[in-house]
Amino acid sequence: MGLPSGTFNQGYAQDMAIFRTRTQWVMLLAFLALLFACPLFFGDRILTVLTIIGISVISVHGLNILTGYCNQISMGHAGFMAVGAYASALLTAKLGFSFWAALPCAALAAGIVGIIFGLPSLRIKGFYLIMATVAAHFIIIWVILQLYGVTGGADGMAVPRPEIGSFVFKSKSSYFYLVMIIACLATYLAKNIVRTRAGRAFIAIRDNELAAEVMGVNLWIYKLQAFFIGCVFAGVAGSLLVHYVAFATVDQFPFMNSVWYLGMLIVGGMGSTAGAIFGAVSLKLLDELVTIVGPILAAAVSPQAASSLGLIMRGLVILLFLIFEPRGLAHRWQMVKSYYRLWPFSH
Amino acid sequence: MTFFLQLMVSGFALGMVYTLIAIGFVIILKCSKAFNIAQGHFVMIGGYLGFTFLVTFHLPVWLSLLAAVGVAIILGLIIERFTLRPLVGQPVLAVIMMTIALSVVFEGLATLIWGGEYKTYHGVLPTITLKVGELSIPPETLIGVMVSIIVVIILMLFFRYTRSGLAMMATAEDEQVVQSAGIKVTTVYALSWVIACIVGVIGGIILGGVSGVMIPLANVGMKAFAVVLLGGVNSIGGAIVAGIMLGVLENVAAGYLDPLLPGGGLANVFPFVVMIIVLTFKPYGLFGLVEIERI
Repeated sequence: MGLPSGTFNQGYAQDMAIFRTRTQWVMLLAFLALLFACPLFFGDRILTVLTIIGISVISVHGLNILTGYCNQISMGHAGFMAVGAYASALLTAKLGFSFWAALPCAALAAGIVGIIFGLPSLRIKGFYLIMATVAAHFIIIWVILQLYGVTGGADGMAVPRPEIGSFVFKSKSSYFYLVMIIACLATYLAKNIVRTRAGRAFIAIRDNELAAEVMGVNLWIYKLQAFFIGCVFAGVAGSLLVHYVAFATVDQFPFMNSVWYLGMLIVGGMGSTAGAIFGAVSLKLLDELVTIVGPILAAAVSPQAASSLGLIMRGLVILLFLIFEPRGLAHRWQMVKSYYRLWPFSH
Repeated sequence: MTFFLQLMVSGFALGMVYTLIAIGFVIILKCSKAFNIAQGHFVMIGGYLGFTFLVTFHLPVWLSLLAAVGVAIILGLIIERFTLRPLVGQPVLAVIMMTIALSVVFEGLATLIWGGEYKTYHGVLPTITLKVGELSIPPETLIGVMVSIIVVIILMLFFRYTRSGLAMMATAEDEQVVQSAGIKVTTVYALSWVIACIVGVIGGIILGGVSGVMIPLANVGMKAFAVVLLGGVNSIGGAIVAGIMLGVLENVAAGYLDPLLPGGGLANVFPFVVMIIVLTFKPYGLFGLVEIERI
């Protein structure tokens, strides 16, 4: 599977290794070095984009485990992010916790809410589950708006930036490092969770629920576990987002984002860690393109054209990917790699 | 007591419109097994079409209704041929994401063509005023209820007595048997999308006459989903019963509980609460078929 000619696996550990050859290790280290050197080359504008991309990557990893690996389609991911975000915001701003204590609590809170809304998944699937998670999103947002005294309702609340001792993560570059370290950790975890016993159970559930149950996979435990893990990632992402903006409102978690995260998964490729990254990066870059082209279009054609551009672009990208590339960018990436490896032969 | 009855009556009227929208959804689901998230957006487009034909072009009501239905037919055919047909045989999520993508494109188009602004054509549609004792029934709602009932009856007759209606019913039962009996399944799919589009557009014109059109009108689709889930996804009769139930419940709950809650807005979240409860305790709804799965 994708190994260069002449490389043979001589044991279980080698067979299972993610990075098998020296070239792969060098590429990984080079990528990480380049990633963490970004603040040296780029200005605040680009760092902001990269930070938001990092946060989306964390969130999409969670959705990928839940939807891509376990086939429990969630269209309330932004709602679960909001849970983590508000949990973290309340703990730091109102109760005076430090960010480092609030982040795990936020993740846990999102995970528990995820389990609660995951309960219907034990009886329903497909479209029914989608509607249940859509309902979850709207109920979560409504509850946040109702708890006016605690969360500030529609007015939102100010959130402090994280700090270690006297060092505050105030500059763009320091927060970039924070997000990227957590994003790398999340990628490492996401890649490895699906290689554990639980991950194999998720895949069995995805491929055929009944068959998995007959084989002895406990659906009750593993489906809720998938919801918990997926929502923990969402909680971390939500917490990072509000601490970055230094303000928490429900406007940061619109329903469209829930849909958009699924779109990222489709564009990237379901059930692949690389796909989650590809999807998050490419669609966030598309968003950036829209924000750059928008004003030009507004001046050249009309303001209406500019404001509709984002929506039409988003819709068309998902539409075209579904028709022409249903397995996503990750699949295309594999094909490019194998083409490169086999060149000049075709197979 | 009058307050309660008033809420009941306006809830019933609202419920009939929900039913109309939900039926479009059920027809597509029955015939082509596709869950159409964009149903609410057909409604929004319908509302805007109503505005264009009634106000911008000053057409008489019957002509604008015909014109809107014509646009709906073309829209349905285009959607089926170019976006849904390539996805035959793909997993559920692909089809759902496709209809979501469509709904996003519709929102974009509505912004592009109509500016996404609030448009209203209050008083253009014909009205009937009715007063029973202390109850006053808002004129636009009454006409809405009547149109909804007429459309529902036409659809029921269509499914029972016409050739294509029967073909659609048969396709819902078993696609392969139908194909061997010489019915073209692709035509049936196209027809189901066309009917869903027409029903959505008519619902949009009615709602637009009552409360005006803007992009959030598409959220009515979400309420139609609650109706569909409550009634059972593949039952037209269920959609009618559940539509009226939900309309009445929502209105009564919002009427009595909204003053007690600080943020209000219960009417918007109520369908979702119903949805979660139905899905947890009775996943196939009141009249839905229970699916039995085999390995």
